[in-house]
Amino acid sequence: MEFQSLGIHEQALKLRALRNQVLSSNIANADTPNYKARDLEFADALKGAQSGLLELTTTSELHRKAWSTQRVGGRVMYRIPMQPTLDGNTVEADVEQAAFAENALQYRASLAFLDGKIRSLRFAIKGGD
Amino acid sequence: MSLFKVFDVAGSAMNAQSVRLNVTASNLANAGSVSGDPESVYRAKHPIFASFRQTLAEQSGVSGVRLDGIVESSAPLEVRFQPDHPEADANGNVYVSNVNTIEEMVNMISASRSYRNNVEIINTTKDLLMQTLSLGR
Repeated sequence: MEFQSLGIHEQALKLRALRNQVLSSNIANADTPNYKARDLEFADALKGAQSGLLELTTTSELHRKAWSTQRVGGRVMYRIPMQPTLDGNTVEADVEQAAFAENALQYRASLAFLDGKIRSLRFAIKGGD
Repeated sequence: MSLFKVFDVAGSAMNAQSVRLNVTASNLANAGSVSGDPESVYRAKHPIFASFRQTLAEQSGVSGVRLDGIVESSAPLEVRFQPDHPEADANGNVYVSNVNTIEEMVNMISASRSYRNNVEIINTTKDLLMQTLSLGR
């Protein structure tokens, strides 16, 4: 049995947390001259996180296979502004706030999925309620 | 846990914005102050923001806000001919500070909005962290 009980949501949660950081840094720098807004390309990053799993070396058939998801990271790219400003800052507060709200919601969704997984695992372990 | 860094980032921005608000208050308080000596007249002050990266967060493009200093405005002073003013110089002129009240009001609104945005970010992130902590309960 491949032991990946938490599925894709573990990596997704990490990437959501990373994106939360990038977006909050954009909003924090909304008034900094020459600051360029950045964002994480989520779909690519998730694909990368899935393919970049570190597999544990096994020396026997009996060893259990295991993976580590330590290497979670993604390409952080510069955003193309819709309305360039005079001071070279490319943060658009409304765009960033919408992205931040969306990301927070998706983080919550990932949490809910993980919570469900943990609940069903616990249900299976205990063999009932 | 990477979400904790958000507190540093948003906190640095709140710090910078509160300095900006302070400077604006100081400018508005001194708007219209006069002096007979152009050297000693109050000049509008403006903070300079710059973004900085923490070494740990460098790879992820996360950066906070740093205050690079406060500069005095080089806008010309208004010279007013007012010979009866007690501070008037030999020619009967007084110099009025170069604070632009409209500019300062706009700065104040912008600073308070940015401050609020950052408070909102901290609140949302705190909420997310609390939910993460109660995962699987």
